[in-house]
Amino acid sequence: MTSAQIEIQLIASLVAIACAIPGVFLVLRKMALISDAISHAILPGIVVGFFITHDISSPLLIILAAFTGILTVFLVEFIQKTGLVKEDTAIGLIFPVLFSIGVILIAQNANDVHLDVDAVLLGELAFAPFDRLELFGVDVGPKSLWVIGVILLVTLSLLIAFFKELKVSTFDVGLASALGFSPVVLHYGLMTVASVTTVGAFDAVGAILVVALTIAPAATAYLLTKDLKKMILLSVGFGVFSAISGYWLAHGLDASIAGSIASVLGVVFLMVFLFAPGTGMVSVSYKQSRQKVEVLLLTFLLHLKNHKEKKERHVNHLGEHINWQKSQAKSVLELALKNNMIIIDNEIVTLTEKGNMFAKNAINYITDHSEEAIEEMKKDFFLFRG
Amino acid sequence: MTILEYIELLFNDYTLRTITLGTAILGAVCGMLGSFAVLRKQSLLGDAISHAALPGIAIAFLITGAKESNTLLLGALISGLIGAFWIKSIISKTHLKSDTALGLILSLFFGVGMLLLTFIQKQPNANQAGLDKYLFGQAATLLEKDVWFMAIVTGVCLIVLLLFWKEFKILLFDADYTKTLGFNIKFLDGLITSFIVAAIILGLQTVGVVLMSAMLLAPAAAARQWTNSLAIMVGLAATFGAFSGVIGTGISASYPNLSTGPVIVLVASVFVLVSFIFSPGRGLLFKEIRFRQNRNDLKLHKTLSFMYDIAKTHEDIDHPHSVKILNNFHGYTKKSLHKLEEKNLIVVIGANWSLTKKGFEKAKNLYNQHIETND
Repeated sequence: MTSAQIEIQLIASLVAIACAIPGVFLVLRKMALISDAISHAILPGIVVGFFITHDISSPLLIILAAFTGILTVFLVEFIQKTGLVKEDTAIGLIFPVLFSIGVILIAQNANDVHLDVDAVLLGELAFAPFDRLELFGVDVGPKSLWVIGVILLVTLSLLIAFFKELKVSTFDVGLASALGFSPVVLHYGLMTVASVTTVGAFDAVGAILVVALTIAPAATAYLLTKDLKKMILLSVGFGVFSAISGYWLAHGLDASIAGSIASVLGVVFLMVFLFAPGTGMVSVSYKQSRQKVEVLLLTFLLHLKNHKEKKERHVNHLGEHINWQKSQAKSVLELALKNNMIIIDNEIVTLTEKGNMFAKNAINYITDHSEEAIEEMKKDFFLFRG
Repeated sequence: MTILEYIELLFNDYTLRTITLGTAILGAVCGMLGSFAVLRKQSLLGDAISHAALPGIAIAFLITGAKESNTLLLGALISGLIGAFWIKSIISKTHLKSDTALGLILSLFFGVGMLLLTFIQKQPNANQAGLDKYLFGQAATLLEKDVWFMAIVTGVCLIVLLLFWKEFKILLFDADYTKTLGFNIKFLDGLITSFIVAAIILGLQTVGVVLMSAMLLAPAAAARQWTNSLAIMVGLAATFGAFSGVIGTGISASYPNLSTGPVIVLVASVFVLVSFIFSPGRGLLFKEIRFRQNRNDLKLHKTLSFMYDIAKTHEDIDHPHSVKILNNFHGYTKKSLHKLEEKNLIVVIGANWSLTKKGFEKAKNLYNQHIETND
């Protein structure tokens, strides 16, 4: 590894951490799309800042752009408060307008501005090590490393200082304001951090991929845990992992680093989405199909309990009367047999004592919705699936 | 260039005519389908889908190696649909909320698209230039056959929309009820989502990935302010969209260095702004006027009832009282006194006022009426 490669990975990892932390709170507060809006809407801020400073990583430019981000949040909330449109429509209206203004500003001044919309949107991490910061004539490392490092440091210290307040106001706004933490201050504080991070990260990874680094690690972590601290740590972990492996993927393919970081994030999310224990697609589908059979079993047992006539209890009757498909009927019958809830004698189905009890308790549960009944049922009639 | 000259140019210049027609049709179809997106609270679905279409374009190019726009758009359509349905499954199968799902798919698909695009750019064949026009759109590259294609898709959308009008409408406002009526809501939902995806894909070439969502939202959000009827809203949105396209193209053609996509978006947002402020039913301006009127009415009523309290302690209603009594009363102004006089509720003579018969009756029933109407 050359020192440039190490520096790129370092920058990418720092960007990933700096984005993941506000990302967790945005996802939990159902405001994930605000980061999308901010990342697009800062374009005019960046352009105007660039006119003034002529330096893409100057602090003034970052402040101006971050201010545009906060302005976006403010405008979105203003439109929302008028009640004329829903919140998501407000977001969708504001950021394209600001973005268009940015694009037009760039196009109008194409001769004076060495700023490309592509570069703003997509960033180029590979060039980051060439823009060095010199202090007193000594080379102290890439400029963007320092920019994102400072932002990360501020984010981290704010997180540690206001962790409790953030936690309370995220999960219970009412309680937070009753305890005297102003939700408005916290809200705008979070938005400021998100804006500053987005601006600081855009020239490394580009405006749109900031969104990926903000939302994807947090969403992935949210599928795995419901503990806030664990969620933050996990999303930082996912972010750093994707940043580093994304770099090597890009290295191998000779393609955009930012794009491949996002792709790795996508793959990580897909894996968790499919296979996460308890919340993944596989386990959810499995659970749903099990519940479906259980409901069918219950229907079947209730049907048996209600009908004493032989005709109604004939095996072949299931298909006609309850309108089940054959395979379904078979699996339900087998499940009931395995659990000793029914006996089949001469193709006539009869409830056993256990089955009778089960059906009775089920009716109790359905009619009074008493929680105890279902708990008892689970204990007494542990379903054996073989 | 005057407007007349521009219109003349519009009929003679092939490129300008094609682009204007194209953006007008695009605006119309986006406005039409955008109304459904806005009302279904899926406003940002368009944003997510337009980004999600990018890898499809890249993959279609990698497979066919051709820059034929219809092939690329087919790729975009497929990947947009995958994105849209993945979003739906994230929302329904996990506890992640819709905003997270949208942002996730948007940024991840876009990232994959960027990876593929940069990968393609490094490939030795020189045929790849111009793929990035889908990022920001280039209306100038519209050909007559593209416009025809747009028109056909719009026609199909319109026909299906009319055929399933009743079903879509009821799905929009009460999905559960629709289900109990026996309609296949999954099918209807898929149908309308697919149409929204198709409209977005059509717009990619013209306004690009980033600004496509505004094309979908802005005309619909503007139209929503003027009406509560779905049919009128869809029609209005289509009109607004078409006009945004035509005006935007006109402006961007008349000045140098103005790309069409952003100008169209800005024109559309002017429509939104005007609608937000000036629409008679919901607009901010009239809302404020109504608010002030109500406040003034309330003040008048308060003053009147205060006068009534004084007047009823006297034998005759028209017993004059000094205006000075009112000075301590909150809400009294010279103007309100004047207004009351105009309405013949009081008479003012010099520095004295007295209630008229009408004023007395009105004040007496002021609160009774209120109670009665509440009952």
